[in-house]
Amino acid sequence: MGFGAAGWGKGLAGGALTTVLVALGGFGFGALLGMLGAWAKIGGGRIARGLADGYTTVLRGIPDLLVIYLFYFGGSSVLGAVGHLFGATGFVGFPGFLAGTMAVGVTSGAQQTEVYRGAFRAISRGEIEAAMACGMSPLLRLRRIIAPLALRHALPGLGNVWQVVLKEASLISVTGVVDLLRESQIGAGSTGRPFDFFIAAGAIYLLISTVSSWGLRRAERHFSRGVRRA
Amino acid sequence: MSEIAVQLTDIHKSFGAHEVLKGISLEAREGEVVSILGSSGSGKSTLLRCINMLEVPDRGTITVAGETIGLRPARGGKLRVIDTAQVDRIRSRVGMVFQSFNLWSHLTVLENVMEAPVHVLGRPRAEAREEAEALLAKVGIAEKRDFYPAHLSGGQQQRAAIARALAMHPRLLLFDEPTSALDPELVGEVLRVMRTLAEEGRTMLVVTHEMGFARDVSSRVVFLHQGVIEEQGPSRAVFAAPQSERFRQFIAG
Amino acid sequence: MDNSFAWDSLLDLLAGVPLTLRLTAISVAAGAVGAGVIAGMRLSGVLVLDMLARAYVFVFRGTPLLVQIFLIYYGLGQMRDVRTSVFWPFLRDPYWCALLALALNNAAYASEIMRGGILSVPHGQIEAARACGMSRILVLRRIVLPLAIRQALPGYGNEVISMVKATSLTSIITLMEITGIAAKLIAESYRAIEVFVIAGALYLAINYTLTRLMAALEHHLTPYLRERPKIAAGEPS
Repeated sequence: MGFGAAGWGKGLAGGALTTVLVALGGFGFGALLGMLGAWAKIGGGRIARGLADGYTTVLRGIPDLLVIYLFYFGGSSVLGAVGHLFGATGFVGFPGFLAGTMAVGVTSGAQQTEVYRGAFRAISRGEIEAAMACGMSPLLRLRRIIAPLALRHALPGLGNVWQVVLKEASLISVTGVVDLLRESQIGAGSTGRPFDFFIAAGAIYLLISTVSSWGLRRAERHFSRGVRRA
Repeated sequence: MSEIAVQLTDIHKSFGAHEVLKGISLEAREGEVVSILGSSGSGKSTLLRCINMLEVPDRGTITVAGETIGLRPARGGKLRVIDTAQVDRIRSRVGMVFQSFNLWSHLTVLENVMEAPVHVLGRPRAEAREEAEALLAKVGIAEKRDFYPAHLSGGQQQRAAIARALAMHPRLLLFDEPTSALDPELVGEVLRVMRTLAEEGRTMLVVTHEMGFARDVSSRVVFLHQGVIEEQGPSRAVFAAPQSERFRQFIAG
Repeated sequence: MDNSFAWDSLLDLLAGVPLTLRLTAISVAAGAVGAGVIAGMRLSGVLVLDMLARAYVFVFRGTPLLVQIFLIYYGLGQMRDVRTSVFWPFLRDPYWCALLALALNNAAYASEIMRGGILSVPHGQIEAARACGMSRILVLRRIVLPLAIRQALPGYGNEVISMVKATSLTSIITLMEITGIAAKLIAESYRAIEVFVIAGALYLAINYTLTRLMAALEHHLTPYLRERPKIAAGEPS
């Protein structure tokens, strides 16, 4: 941006970094939830399966913004209640960064559950049986055979989830966290040039997204060693 | 002497650098059943598909029922169709039966047979339906009329496809390896239908691997090898006394 | 949960349902038209059209919807030509800006679904149609589109549900659909969890209904994907 280029450029870069950090944190948290959910759906008992089904169904049907409001305001209420116990008064703001990351994690966890579940089912039974026949323990099977193969099948789906998470992270701006979008809003308000700033924000999102796609394609190629292309 | 139903003159066709047809001339008269034989890669399917312009030849002329398909030079030394309406019209007079049946999956068998007569020829639905039912009975699957193709066996689907081709009252029938995709026990029912059509005096060009059909049902046999006609002649004679060594080896298996 | 609060909240939130549904319906309808155009451009075989369409899809799928909404609502007003144009009464109004942003966004995603549907039509069935003498338009109308629509339905259904959820973002530019009202209730009462549960339940109800409708439509349109019908005994096969 021409005006005070160093100033706004740095701010936008900082915002972009915050966005990526929230996205990474949310994605990581979602990966944990996703693996748990997939495990519950694949091998869990009726209760576990039911819980996992409920989790994915509910989270696929409600807007992410609502989940962010839940964690942000809900978290603030909880903190406020805890604060009351200790005699504090007033509104204790639940850290927006944490609320955003948890919200993104919870919603992407529902999507990742389906990705991991599909990836596991895509592994041919024969390869698992061969591992069993070699005498591999369940843990060894998981570590050396199942996990790597599942990862290969999961990569395209995970790539999609990552792109969704990146865009979802923009929603944390409503909690006041200074991510890329919030920084653009501040710049827009300050200079009276919203168009320029939002175009810039869009361009940076596209940049991050393109770099991610490129990285994903490289990872897919690496993990597809030995697969014959149709 | 009966009329010439289809005439191909000096047909050349390449796919990329690979020349598949190297100057083929062929004609078929009304009422003839011509079997086109050859090993894979000999160009026989490509030749057949040039007749109804599913493939456009690089050189040569094609005349169907006295009408020559208009072609003009295009980029890259190839040819282009001048008038797509002419091609559509000619196609409506030429019936084609495909190796993989290609019935339309969202329509019932009856609707498949009625589709082209109603929408291309503009015939009234009631009339088309009546005739479609008669054709399905003729090929032996009348009771399957309201079924969808996915619910039929391969042999039934191919017979439905033949009925679909017949519904257009074609001057000429093209068969592109009609039984190659069928389980062995289903081949017979399709060949029986084709034999019936041949005995009715229809003009048929059949690309096939079925030697029995080629020898006993067709009037003429054309043997293609690497893009040229290696041998052709009346079927019984050619099978009894093959002139070319390659054809002799081919029929020996 | 406090029952009277819950009941009052439900009534308040229900008032937002019509707007949520209206936003969804109009943006999906307008988006479908746009998607058809874009898919057509991508399948046209004309390089320029293809590249333009790909650029459109790339931009609208690669940037957050919220950025697109802000760009249209706040950003367009920066330009004097826009402010003095005949469109300004619409472009300064959050409702129309929201519709425009949602429709443009939907068009990008829906175009990919439509394109996938058209490409999925088995080539052999298209050839058989051409071999019967059907013109290109006739083939498109009678064979390609019917089969493409059936193939694209599940994906399109998901996209409609995404749109329902996307309308929640319009609350940020002051529209009082379900999420907008929910945010107001939470700010007034600080009872986030209860409001969240009720608002969430409303969205779930809408999406569940949509899912069932889609499933019924799919079932109706694809009898050939169902179980093979039983043949009466004694009939020749």
